[in-house]
Amino acid sequence: MGEVLAVVIDGIVYSSWLFIIAVGLTLIYGVMKILNMAHGSLYALGAYAAASLGGRWLAGGHAPFGIYAILIAAALAVGVIAGPLIEKGLLQFMYGREEIVLVLATYALFLILEDAIKLVWGVDPYFVTEPYSLLGSVEIGGLSYPVYNGVLLLFSIFVGVLLAWALGWTRQGKMLLAVIHDREISAALGLNVRRVYLVTFTLGTTLAAIGGALTSPTIAVAPGIGVQVIVLAFAVVVIGGLGSFAGAALGSLIVGMVRSGAVHYLPEVELFSIYLAMAVVLIVRPKGLFGGPEPRRI
Amino acid sequence: MKRLDRTRHVLVLCLALLLLGGPFFPDWALFIATLAMAKGLAVLGLMLLMRAGLVSFGQGLYYCLGAYVVGTVGQFLHITDALVMLLFAGVVSCAVAALLGTLLAAYRGIFFAMLSLSFSMVLYGLLVKSPSLGSTDGFNIAVRSIAGFSAESHRRYLFFALSLVLAFGAGMAVHGFTGSNVGRLAAAVRDNELRVEYLGASVKTVVYLNILIAAALAGLGGGLTSVTVGHIDPDLAYWTTSGEFVFVAILSGTGSVLAPFLGSLVFEVLHSFAYQYSPNTWQMVVGFAMLFVIALLPTGLWSIFALGRKAG
Repeated sequence: MGEVLAVVIDGIVYSSWLFIIAVGLTLIYGVMKILNMAHGSLYALGAYAAASLGGRWLAGGHAPFGIYAILIAAALAVGVIAGPLIEKGLLQFMYGREEIVLVLATYALFLILEDAIKLVWGVDPYFVTEPYSLLGSVEIGGLSYPVYNGVLLLFSIFVGVLLAWALGWTRQGKMLLAVIHDREISAALGLNVRRVYLVTFTLGTTLAAIGGALTSPTIAVAPGIGVQVIVLAFAVVVIGGLGSFAGAALGSLIVGMVRSGAVHYLPEVELFSIYLAMAVVLIVRPKGLFGGPEPRRI
Repeated sequence: MKRLDRTRHVLVLCLALLLLGGPFFPDWALFIATLAMAKGLAVLGLMLLMRAGLVSFGQGLYYCLGAYVVGTVGQFLHITDALVMLLFAGVVSCAVAALLGTLLAAYRGIFFAMLSLSFSMVLYGLLVKSPSLGSTDGFNIAVRSIAGFSAESHRRYLFFALSLVLAFGAGMAVHGFTGSNVGRLAAAVRDNELRVEYLGASVKTVVYLNILIAAALAGLGGGLTSVTVGHIDPDLAYWTTSGEFVFVAILSGTGSVLAPFLGSLVFEVLHSFAYQYSPNTWQMVVGFAMLFVIALLPTGLWSIFALGRKAG
């Protein structure tokens, strides 16, 4: 029983981390029909910014609890700067071309950003473990868990609720949904689709950066973290159905649980279990769990 | 069909010139060219899929499979002849594709890309956790002969010649295929599947056939890479390997069977030099090159030749 509890708790923590990243990816896809391969790099940028700024904050002898504000601020800065820069500097020239061309453009961006990160931060790992240990830990079922993980879970729920509220109950959110349903009709009705795109992309990249910033205390921030995350986030959104928010939540939960179960019971299949789950879901439901049917072209 | 076929002539000419010129090139150039031909085979397969409107982000699966088949027949069956090893690689890749293809043939667009990616990552995950196959380190491959001829001396040239002959054979075969009835249907499938069905052809058969050929070519390419390099590891199945193939395929364009090999050669040279002079920024160079191609040469490097032909 204790082990099952441990599996479930680990799975939930992993899921909530994945959800923050995947929901940004699915948001960008839903509105802009871009499968953003550079999403992992923005996650890495967020992690690096948080780790280096956080390290400097602590080295400067400031109040240790201020570090949480620093993590979030670093991520927001990355999102608000990089998002518009990429959208205005690259993507807006590609709109109207095939989906797969946009995938390749963001793949090129991913290659560029991977090296840019190495140029700026070098190849040595960064560590800021203080935020992780600062909150102490609680004991559940005989095992101790850092409180930080609970904060991560709460934050993830907060992000989900906030997005659901913004989309369903605000004017801006309804405009966004209109663009998701039909970009051309929305434009014809006077919606500024370009601005919706810009806001969406910035929001998506900010979420990726926040995901990175909040993870930075728990890992060694080193080159290559983005490469691993992006395929995981893909698995999540493909399982849930591209562009679906509920799908991102369910997909995160599935991937999180599958991974945590594999880690505990069958460590040999850890990596492979996630992609197997993805393949199985795609085979059973070709458009993902929440993916809707598309009209056929005649 | 009495018309002169330029592509066939150019292929024969390239083969003859390179075979004769090979001995005059330094070993490192032959090595790069051999690798370029090997990856060109995989890209050629991807080109076939792209003609049908499908982009696979999982060709690394067959590429890696080919390499590991070569490795395992060498290690466990003690076969050390490169040609026999490659035969195994092509056949096994094709067989696996025959199985997975029944599923994949129903998918399009991003879902095709993602499902193929997940299959290749499953193989990666399996290999990483297989100690008998060297886990993440992989293992070495020993090759003693090529089609019965000893490969102990002039090794680089012999592998180069092998890669040329394979690339030539694959080029000829694929060129023949793209000109055949079923081969020409690929473009129709990309444009409008429903109409193809109304005209009485089976979309699924066309897609399935292209998947099979692409897999066999990727398997051969992976096998060739492994005998040339002499070492294999699971990274051959990682999604970035497949991404590289997609990049080279886009760089090359789908204009001709020569394009993948040319594109692959350009990429290998670019990669080698960029890696030598700035190991930390070569990806960046590749990324910018890719954006350049997407923005200015939407149909790949081959469009430069096509333009010249139109003007002339």
